[in-house]
Amino acid sequence: MDTPLLKYVLGLADDNMVLSQRLTEWCSNGPTLEEDIALTNVALDILGRARMFYQYASVLDEQKRSEDDFAMCRSEREYTNLLIHELPIGDFAFTMARQWFLDEFSQLYFSALSHSKDETLAGIAAKCIKESGYHLVRSRNWICVLAEGTEESRRRLLAAIDELWGYRHELFETTQAESLLSGVAVNRADLKDTWMTNINDLSARLNIELPDKDWFVTGGRRGEHSEHLGPMLAEMQYLARCFPGAKW
Amino acid sequence: MEARGFGVIVTTSPEYIARRVFRQQHKFSELFDMLDEVYDPEIPGVSLWDLGVLQDVSVDVAGRCKVTICPTYSGCPALNIMQEDIKACLDKYGHSDVDIEVSLSPAWTTDWISPRGRQLMIESGIAACEHIVVCPLCQSRGVRLLSQFGSTACKSLYKCENCFETFDYFKPL
Repeated sequence: MDTPLLKYVLGLADDNMVLSQRLTEWCSNGPTLEEDIALTNVALDILGRARMFYQYASVLDEQKRSEDDFAMCRSEREYTNLLIHELPIGDFAFTMARQWFLDEFSQLYFSALSHSKDETLAGIAAKCIKESGYHLVRSRNWICVLAEGTEESRRRLLAAIDELWGYRHELFETTQAESLLSGVAVNRADLKDTWMTNINDLSARLNIELPDKDWFVTGGRRGEHSEHLGPMLAEMQYLARCFPGAKW
Repeated sequence: MEARGFGVIVTTSPEYIARRVFRQQHKFSELFDMLDEVYDPEIPGVSLWDLGVLQDVSVDVAGRCKVTICPTYSGCPALNIMQEDIKACLDKYGHSDVDIEVSLSPAWTTDWISPRGRQLMIESGIAACEHIVVCPLCQSRGVRLLSQFGSTACKSLYKCENCFETFDYFKPL
């Protein structure tokens, strides 16, 4: 039986693993060479985060599963990432709108986690937050460019925000494991107002009207996913599952 | 035409001075000297010490070496190569039993980079992490950001408006 701390750490690892895998889908498909390189570099930073969390999970795990076991040998029902991370990359506007939502969130989340009573988590958070700052500068810039670019870019950005809107709630939902880890886990609900203020501020500056109809999707932390995660994992895990222990 | 700046004044950070004192007074300072031969795989001539990756060394009574390193960016793929290079280097000096500890905290910062490291970066055409971005080739300050992320996550890509070269800028972190 996984302890609350292991569940918590795995959730954070899965969020970053899945997001990183999605971002790597842009490799060689970016709109320009520079953006292609930037997106894959961001993916690499986020993969680094996933690895730090998986390595810690491996230390905590009684079954002694390795970081690769966690990433490559668990099915979609065992993955506990929040749903927003697994959505397909869509167009460039969708990818950048999701990054914007998540980079704003990461800044708040990691600064809170850097005060965790758990020293390993605090150390990982202190490392992530500096990199995440560069991600946020870039995603905010892109939101400005897309909003003030052409009619087409603006239309696509608004459609992306509309599509993502209901997935934001899950970011602020406290799980059972988290509620048992007072002082160790971040209390997500505390971050909601600041996050919303940051999103509202930039939107107001760019005359973006945020969706007025709200909706709510949840289930990622319980292993209840959208139809998109399974195929993504099938591709990601193919090699490791066909050739267990493969090395190069 | 952009006016030329005053070139690059390579600064010595207080954090680096603290590291230098730590190394000079260290019981196993000769190990630091041996490891000066281990370079960053992507920046020619910049050692792991210069980069601030190499943090601490020790040898226990059984002759087992312990090397503590601090990764730069969390996803940096050079980390594995650095570990192999450290082992190969110490092996050459007769230390075959080497344990490498990767330390995440305190988080790596560009403030740990040595003045020599910064100078070598500039000579390799990389603008070092000073707070003003200056073209490493013609020293112009008339530069334009092309992309927040360049050839690696630790650098961003700039273009000089004076000599029209594109160059990497090692970002302060």
